[in-house]
Amino acid sequence: MSDLTKIPYYPGCTLNTVAKHFEESAAVSAKTLGFELVELEQWNCCGASFPMSANNTMGLSAPTKVLVEANKAGDTVTTLCSVCYNVLKRTNKVVKDDGEKRRVINDFIEEDYDGGLNVVHYLEILRDTVGFDKVKESVTRSLKGLKIGAYYGCMLLRPFEDMGIDDHEGPTIIEDLLKALGAEPVDFPNKIECCGAHLGAGGKEGEEVVSRLSACVMRSAVGSGAELIVTSCPLCQYNLEESQAEVVKNVAGYSAVPIVYFTQLLGLALGQADEMLSLDKNKWDVRELLKDKEV
Amino acid sequence: MRIKLQNSNIGSEFVKYIERISGETAMRCYQCGNCTGGCPVSYKMDHGPSQIIRLMQIGQDEEIQKANSMWVCVGCMQCYSRCPQSVSAASIFESLRAQALRSDGDHTEIAELPKEFLKNAPQQAIVCGFRKFVS
Repeated sequence: MSDLTKIPYYPGCTLNTVAKHFEESAAVSAKTLGFELVELEQWNCCGASFPMSANNTMGLSAPTKVLVEANKAGDTVTTLCSVCYNVLKRTNKVVKDDGEKRRVINDFIEEDYDGGLNVVHYLEILRDTVGFDKVKESVTRSLKGLKIGAYYGCMLLRPFEDMGIDDHEGPTIIEDLLKALGAEPVDFPNKIECCGAHLGAGGKEGEEVVSRLSACVMRSAVGSGAELIVTSCPLCQYNLEESQAEVVKNVAGYSAVPIVYFTQLLGLALGQADEMLSLDKNKWDVRELLKDKEV
Repeated sequence: MRIKLQNSNIGSEFVKYIERISGETAMRCYQCGNCTGGCPVSYKMDHGPSQIIRLMQIGQDEEIQKANSMWVCVGCMQCYSRCPQSVSAASIFESLRAQALRSDGDHTEIAELPKEFLKNAPQQAIVCGFRKFVS
């Protein structure tokens, strides 16, 4: 096991708590594929939103502190949460490209960071470092016959010039991974639309928006033939999970589908036991479907 | 909605302030409407992103401030991603929120949020939500 490539990993506020099963399934799959996620020794919350006002330099200090810690651990840092990825990657770009802001932030947090770190999402490690071909070779339990809708949401992709992980209108990185696992990805119109994000914290009106947008995503996926939806963000996962019961109630002919993190399916295909992947933690259980499809 | 157009409204202090903190220039927008078309929450807004920008161009400060649009914007960046002029309506909305929070105080009563939400929602939703709705 000592041959594993160690990759510094930033969990962020949610992966250590309500999305523990996202983290655990990613960590166990990583080991099968020859790398290890090594949690940063010290870290703080990234702020959970990139400050969009150009003059909000204060909002960049928390994520920069994370980058400083990561920089001590290596030249690359990885995340699982799409929001952390978005905030860290964009902050890193500002620190690297904007000399004036770099000076102000460094003065404020009393550090000397130059933006030299490489911020990558776990999906990018699978695609660019491990390679989907190798992932395919490592599959011991093919997901053959599973029709899956890959839901991207916003933060993984936008804005394109900052994120650049994939095409921001027609991404395929998750589908490419699913194909490597033997599954049959299903394209659907709403795969890059917003789930309503944090608006649940905005009172009644916000809740209504979240359930409507999440419903649009699920109806679009299921209407296109998906029997299962995968997400790459704890907030997307939560919003879809919480909204599905209402869709079942209100939309004639809609039956609930399992909603899981892509890493849980990755772990399954790599031969990990169900318990290692905490499949019981998902609100809409996938195990019945796996049995039906003889996966 | 009745609007009185007059030159003296254009370039108001309020619009200049929003432009300064957002880093955006309202006049760059030529009203193609891509942002409002792509916005997943424009259905819920009193005025869609392109309309808010138009109101900035013609200096309708009050109409902008009383619209719910800034609070409904979810920051998904679809507006910016589809703008041929690289105007970020999301940044304008964030600056409008910042201005409103600074002058009028909180938009959300934390104590009134459902306990169930506070208990079960991912922390990121709570952190991000409070950053947007609380001064």
